[in-house]
Amino acid sequence: MPVSDWEGVRLHIVTGKGGTGKTTVAAALALALAAGGHKVLLVEVEERQGLAQLFDVAPLPYQERKLAVARDGGDVFGLAVDPRQAMYEYLDMYYRLGRAGRALDRMGVVEFATTVAPGMRDVLLTGKTYEATRRRREDGEFVYDAVVLDAPPTGRITRFLSVNEAVTSLARVGPISRQATAITELISSPRTAVHVVTVLEEMPVQETADAVAHLDDAGIPVGAVVVNQVRRPLLRARDLAAARRGRLDRAAIEAGLRAAGLGRDTLVERLTSEAAAHADRVALEKRERATVAALDRPTYELPWLPDGVDLAGLYEMSAALTDQGAA
Amino acid sequence: MSTGPAAHFDVDRLLHDARTRIIVCCGSGGVGKTTTAAALALRAAEQGRSVVVLTIDPARRLAQSMGLSELDNTPRPVAGIDDARGGRLDAMMLDMKRTFDEIVEAHAAPEKARQILANPFYQALSSSFAGTQEYMAMEKLGQLRARDTWDLIVVDTPPSRSALDFLDAPERLGSFLDGRLIRLLAVPARAGGRAYVRMFQAGVGAVTGALTRILGGELLRDVQTFVTALDTMFGGFRDRAEQTYALLKRPDTAFVVVSTPEPDALREASYFVERLGGDAMPLAGLVLNRMHHGGPDGLSEHQATAAADRLDATREHRLAASLLRLHAANLSLAARDAHRAARLTAAHPTVPVTQVPALSIDVNNLGGLRQIAVELVARR
Repeated sequence: MPVSDWEGVRLHIVTGKGGTGKTTVAAALALALAAGGHKVLLVEVEERQGLAQLFDVAPLPYQERKLAVARDGGDVFGLAVDPRQAMYEYLDMYYRLGRAGRALDRMGVVEFATTVAPGMRDVLLTGKTYEATRRRREDGEFVYDAVVLDAPPTGRITRFLSVNEAVTSLARVGPISRQATAITELISSPRTAVHVVTVLEEMPVQETADAVAHLDDAGIPVGAVVVNQVRRPLLRARDLAAARRGRLDRAAIEAGLRAAGLGRDTLVERLTSEAAAHADRVALEKRERATVAALDRPTYELPWLPDGVDLAGLYEMSAALTDQGAA
Repeated sequence: MSTGPAAHFDVDRLLHDARTRIIVCCGSGGVGKTTTAAALALRAAEQGRSVVVLTIDPARRLAQSMGLSELDNTPRPVAGIDDARGGRLDAMMLDMKRTFDEIVEAHAAPEKARQILANPFYQALSSSFAGTQEYMAMEKLGQLRARDTWDLIVVDTPPSRSALDFLDAPERLGSFLDGRLIRLLAVPARAGGRAYVRMFQAGVGAVTGALTRILGGELLRDVQTFVTALDTMFGGFRDRAEQTYALLKRPDTAFVVVSTPEPDALREASYFVERLGGDAMPLAGLVLNRMHHGGPDGLSEHQATAAADRLDATREHRLAASLLRLHAANLSLAARDAHRAARLTAAHPTVPVTQVPALSIDVNNLGGLRQIAVELVARR
């Protein structure tokens, strides 16, 4: 088995523009990391129940649940973080606020912290992920060999991951400040990698480049770029070139269609226009692939699964990630 | 039971109708909301209406094509549109923090405004609060409408966690500003505080004690200063949020839900359609973006694949065989998209629908936007 590109990384954060398959890639990565007897936690924070839908299980409670077994043994657990529950847990864990905690709730403090207060929601979400990443068993070993976070999309990722730094500028001393500092340390350490998922289209690739630059500026370690939904060209290179210029050999196509017993007049027109569109798309993908390459990050390509991603598709994607060195 | 085809969403009629004053494009991230909003605005302008498009987070090249080189919160004319019919198009990109600052400046006395703007808690709230973007988009929409400079406003919604956040943000901020917590926080610095202390006697000691433990005294003081300063503007904030929400319910507003034929996007679109119905919000129609279409030639996917297999067996006609395979793949995609779309339209049979085909190129100039608009208004 090839050596992983991410030895020593315990927290894998997966982001990407909406619609690029971020949740699917996070799940496939978790399966790949768990393969061979490891225990991996897959965390979602957007309150969408995306993991339950993907793994076809009942909606996840605020509790770590086993989602799937990986190749050669190994388990993927799932957790859907609910900010309100995380807030109660946090208050309980750090302050032992029994009755005062409930009073806070009645006064709207929990509501305030989880929906209105600047960044508090993100602090709670990253805080829970931090806690799971660092949690140890009684024998001192980590409970999870790795944690994969299905994070907010590229447009919000840097703000989401920098939130604890913002908090330390507001609360310079005290327990919140200490907790925020510890989270910032983990996120900017070599134990963390932020992977960006894209597809070969202009806007997602542009957002990927922007996210990589912003994360770099914020001192957050960028991991791989995962190019998802990659389609293989269905025509040979010279046919693609001819199709783009509108110079496909119509006589040859007509002869081929007659040989196949298809004599419809409109079909040649249709086929050549489809070929031109396909060739345009392949050319665009080539340009975007060059832009991704210029980012100079480890890059993994995942095949497009035309029927959507089911559990079998997830295992296929996880094997592709392993083969390319992601785990 | 079979369901008939969905009703056609007559986009041109919506754009031509002088009674349509606001169009809100909503849907989940990555479905093409911004592009749809820009295409609708451009078409309405080129057909003679005076239009402003408010975009939240456009892709760089699309923004450049509309002359939006930077975030400056001011509508600017878009160059290069066809104004033969007397229309005009202005475009602006939302600057969340500046919009918030402007509200403070408009509602508080100069000295108080300075205090608020300098407060660290305010600075964090105005630039990073989850929901500020949604609230400010609503605020900006209200402002643009109040100026009465344009006869049509097209607005794109923020890339939120959920498309519904856009509708919920004003209510959330309003209920916070009305809530017990904010009154409690405002207590120590307020002259008439004693009445509130009596009201909350049971909880106050424990709560402020707990808050001090969690936040630390310094941050709590920042929050209190901020809240006290905001106090004078409470009415202004809440009233405006309520007015904008009411504006969205009026019949001259039209919601356009945008989706792609991907399961997640369709699920979100479905939630949105239900929510708009539940709140009696005016839903104009659904745009199914990036749809693959089969051809009118009557060849099935199976026939195309079988024909390609026959040609491959002869080891001749490789070009024709590969074109037939490409055609089969396109037909398969078209069938998949039609099937997924049908699930949504079957669940919401009264919602008018229009489709925009998947393009092989990216849209980043006015020509591309015109092309999208032509597809949006086409009857299939």
